[in-house]
Amino acid sequence: MSKITFTGNKALQIEEALIFEVSDFSRTGVDLPAPTGKTTRLGGVARESAIGLPGLSEPETMRHYVRLSQKNYAIDMGPFPLGSCTMKHNPRLNEKMARLPGFGDIHPLQPEKTVQGALELIDTLAFWLKELTGMPAVAMSPKAGAHGELCGMMAIKAALEARGESATRTRVLAPESSHGTNPATAAQCGFTVDNIPADSSGRIDLEAFRAKLGPDIAGVMVTNPNTCGLFERDICAISEAVHEAGGYFYCDGANFNAIAGKARPGDLGVDAMHINLHKTFSTPHGGGGPGSGPTVFSKSLAPYAPVPNVISENGVYRLVESLQATGSEDDGVKSFGRLTAFHGQMGMFVRALAYMLSHGIDGVAQAAEDAVLNANYVLALLRKEMTPAFDGYCMHECLFDDRFLKGTGVETLDFAKAMIDEGYHPMTMYFPLVVHGAMLIEPTESESKHELDLFCGALLSLAKRAKAGEVDAFRAAPEHSPCRRLDETTAARKPILRWTPPPTVNEVE
Amino acid sequence: MRYLPLSPADRGVMLDVVGIATIDDLFADIPVSALNAKFNLPEHQGELEVERSMGAMAAKNRAAGAGPFFVGCGAYKHHVPATVDHIIQRSEFLTAYTPYQPEIAQGTLQYLFEFQTQVAALTGMEVANASMYDGSTGCAEAALMARRITKRRKHILSGALHPHYASVVRTSLELHENIVVPAPIDIKGTEDLASMIDAETACVIVQNPDVFGNLRDLSSLADACHANGALLVAVVTEAISLGAVKSPGEMGADIVVGEGQSIGNALSFGGPYVGLFATRQKYIRQMPGRLCGETTDIDGKRGYVLTLSTREQHIRRDKATSNICTNSGLCTLAFTIHMTLLGENGLRRLAMLNHEAACKTADMLGGVDGVEVVNNAYFNEFTLRLPTNAVEVVDALADRGILAGVPGGRLWPDVPEADNLLIVAATECATEEDIDRFSVALGEVL
Repeated sequence: MSKITFTGNKALQIEEALIFEVSDFSRTGVDLPAPTGKTTRLGGVARESAIGLPGLSEPETMRHYVRLSQKNYAIDMGPFPLGSCTMKHNPRLNEKMARLPGFGDIHPLQPEKTVQGALELIDTLAFWLKELTGMPAVAMSPKAGAHGELCGMMAIKAALEARGESATRTRVLAPESSHGTNPATAAQCGFTVDNIPADSSGRIDLEAFRAKLGPDIAGVMVTNPNTCGLFERDICAISEAVHEAGGYFYCDGANFNAIAGKARPGDLGVDAMHINLHKTFSTPHGGGGPGSGPTVFSKSLAPYAPVPNVISENGVYRLVESLQATGSEDDGVKSFGRLTAFHGQMGMFVRALAYMLSHGIDGVAQAAEDAVLNANYVLALLRKEMTPAFDGYCMHECLFDDRFLKGTGVETLDFAKAMIDEGYHPMTMYFPLVVHGAMLIEPTESESKHELDLFCGALLSLAKRAKAGEVDAFRAAPEHSPCRRLDETTAARKPILRWTPPPTVNEVE
Repeated sequence: MRYLPLSPADRGVMLDVVGIATIDDLFADIPVSALNAKFNLPEHQGELEVERSMGAMAAKNRAAGAGPFFVGCGAYKHHVPATVDHIIQRSEFLTAYTPYQPEIAQGTLQYLFEFQTQVAALTGMEVANASMYDGSTGCAEAALMARRITKRRKHILSGALHPHYASVVRTSLELHENIVVPAPIDIKGTEDLASMIDAETACVIVQNPDVFGNLRDLSSLADACHANGALLVAVVTEAISLGAVKSPGEMGADIVVGEGQSIGNALSFGGPYVGLFATRQKYIRQMPGRLCGETTDIDGKRGYVLTLSTREQHIRRDKATSNICTNSGLCTLAFTIHMTLLGENGLRRLAMLNHEAACKTADMLGGVDGVEVVNNAYFNEFTLRLPTNAVEVVDALADRGILAGVPGGRLWPDVPEADNLLIVAATECATEEDIDRFSVALGEVL
C-alpha cells in the first residue's frame, strides 16, 4: 500500500517510537531530593554499571502513553464480543472504591486490628460468593481463573491423598471443548487427562462419559454452561456418576455469569469451582490482567482449602495465615498449603463487591437474563446469513461454524479481520476446537438493543459480501487499523523479545 | 438498574425475535431443582448507598499514609506519581482484553515490549516475560522451569527466603514428585547453600535483599550451582533495590523472579501485584507466561504480537509449560509508566534515598536500650532483635499510631528464635519526624 502521508501519521493515529529510541537516558519525570551520599551499607554489592533505563519528562510520558492507548480497542468504545471472555462494562464506581486509602493504601502484614474493615470486606465478598453458588466454603487467594483451577485441583489431590488413593486415582476427564487451562492445570497437578466426546447437540455424551469412569478416576472438569454456550442438561447425572465412581466434580466457572442469581452450582453436585471476578463481576480485564479467581468448595473438599482465610469471632475478624494455625488434623482440617504470598487480589475484591452491592441479587439475576437474551437475539438475527454450530437456543454466548463461508475462499480469520475495519473487535475464533472454524460471540448484558442491531447488521453485510465472491477484500483486511496483519510466524521463529541498541558506526564497519 | 441498557420494551421485542414467550424458556435446560434457590442477599443500591457502606468499611482500616509507616517484607510503601494512576485508568488500557488481535491492540503490545526490555535491564538478564501474577507465584514457576531445563527434581530454598514464597514453592512443587529442601532459618545471611548442592539439584532459590534485609553477593553461589549443573534462581521482592544493588544477572543468576509492586503499584492489602520474570535467551522456550515480540505487518511496518504461544495452555493444553493464562496487565502498565518517569537517574536517586532512610532509621532504633540491629549490609530494610516478643511491641506501637514493621512471629509462628525479631522497612516516604517518633515510642513500649 502506498504511503498516505509523509509522516506515516493518519490524523488522530500518531506513530509512536519506543521510549528507548527517544530518550537520552538522562531525562526524568520525577523531582527527588538529592541523597546526602554520607552513609552506604550496601556491603560491596553496589550497582556500578549502567542499567539502560530511559526516562521521559512528564509531558513526554503523558503523550507517549496516550498515543499508545489510541491504538487499542476497548469495551468503552464498542462491543467486545469475545466468547468465553465476558467483556462487560466496568463501572467506574468500582475504581473509585478500590482507591479509597482504607483499601488501596493498606499493607498485607499490618496488625489485624488496623485492617478490620479490609477483613470485613473479604468476609462479605466470601459470603456473597458462597450464597450465589450454594457452596459452604471459599478460598479467596487465587490470583486468576487458572490459578483458581489449580486451587480446586490441588484440593482434589489432597482429598485423594487423605483417602490413600492419590497413587491410584490419576485420571481426570475433560471434554474436548474445554478451555486449555483445564488440561494444563490437571497436568500441573500430576494427573493425566482423558477427553470426553460430545454428542450431536454439543453437550457431553453421557453414555460415553460413563464408559470412561473407573477406579483410576480422580475427577471430571466441566465448564457449565459449556464453551459452546450450551447448558449441560445431564449435569446432575454427570455429578452423580463421578461421585459414584469415587471421583470429584470440578466445575470451570468461567461462564458462571450466565446463571448467577438464577441457579446454584452447589445444587448441581459441584465439589469445586473457580469464579472469575474479572468476568462475572466486572473487574477490568486491563489488557490481560490482573484477574482474580476465588474458588468455592463443597463440604467434602472444604477441609483442604489453602491458607489464608478470614474468620470472625465475636465481631472481630482474624486471618488464619499458617498451616499450624488452621487447626490439627484431628479437627478435620488438612489445608493443602499456600497458593500465593499474602491474601489474594484485594483490589479486585473491592471492585467485585461494589458491583454486587450495586446490582443486588435482583440485578445479578437480571444481568444473567439479559446476557442470555442478548446472545439469543444475536443468534436469531445472524442465522439469516451465518450457520449456527448447533440447533436450539443458547445461553450467554452463541456459536457459529464456517459452513456459511464454504466455497467463498474466505476463512474465519479473514472474516474476523474484516470486522476490525467495520469498527468491531472480532469474536473468539477457532475456539472451541470441536467446531470447524468456530466463531463464538458473547455480547454480555452491557449491550443495548440498538448496539446489537448495528453489530448484527455489520456481520450480515460481511457474510453477504463473502458469499458475493469478494474474497480479496477479506484477505486484505484490516486496512484501516493502526497495524495491518502481522507476521506471527517470523515473530515465533526468530523471537525479538526486547529492544537492543542499534549497532554503532564502528560495529557496522 | 443503571448498568443494564435493555428496557422492558426492548426485552419484549427481543423475545419476539427469538421466538419465545418468556425469558424462562431460555433457562429450560437447567434442572428445576437448581432453579428455585432462595438467596439471602440484598437488593440493588444506588452509587451513594454503595459508597456509604464501602466507605464505612474502608474507614475502619489504618492507611499506610496516615502516619509513621515501616512495614515491608515483600510489599512496600512508595510514592507513585499522579500520572501513573491517570494513564492506567484510560478506557483504552483499563477496558481492553488480552491483545489477541494485534492490529487493534498495539498500545498494549508496545508497552509490554517496553516493559520486557526494562525488566531485562533492571535484572541484568537477557529477556523477561510480560509478567506473572506476583513474585511468589513467579518463584514457584521458576522452580518448575528449572526442573524442565535440568530434568532434576531437587530444589534448595534459602533459609532467608520470604516464608510465604517458600510455602508457595512447596505447595506447587511437592504435588509433582519434586523434592524441596528448605535450609534452616538464616537471620544473619551467613548460610552455606553451596554445600547443599548435589548432582540431583535442579536449582537453588535465594532472595536478595533477603527477607531479613541482608544483602548478599551471589556470585560464588552461582558458580557452585553451575559447577554442578544446577540453576541459580534469584528472588527480588523490593524492585527499587535494583537501582542501588548489583543485579542478579551480574552475579550469575539463571532465572530472576521479582515482585514489581514497589514500582507504580499500590499496597492494596497484598494484591494485585506484578511478578517479574527474567532469564537467559537460551531458556526462552522453557519459560512460562506471556511473551510479546517484535515483527512487521504486511506493509513492512514494525509492530508487536504475543509470541511463542506454542509453550502455552491454549495451544499445548496438557503439555504447556504452565497453566497460566494471563499476565498482570494493568499492574505491568503502572510499573512501566513509573519506570519511564523515573528513568535511570531517577531510579538510582530513589534507591539511594531509600537506603539512606533505612540507615538513618537503623541508627536511631539501634540506639534504643536493649535493641540490636542484626544486619551489616542492607538496602531499605533491616531486622531488629528486641528484648521481648515483637508481636506485642508492634501491637503497642500501633496503638500509638505507628506501624512499626513485621514481627517474626507473624511469618515464623513455629520458630521460637524469630519471636523477638522485628523486620523494619524505611522508604522515601519515611520523614525525619516519622523516624524520631518511632524511636521515641519504641523506647517507651520496651
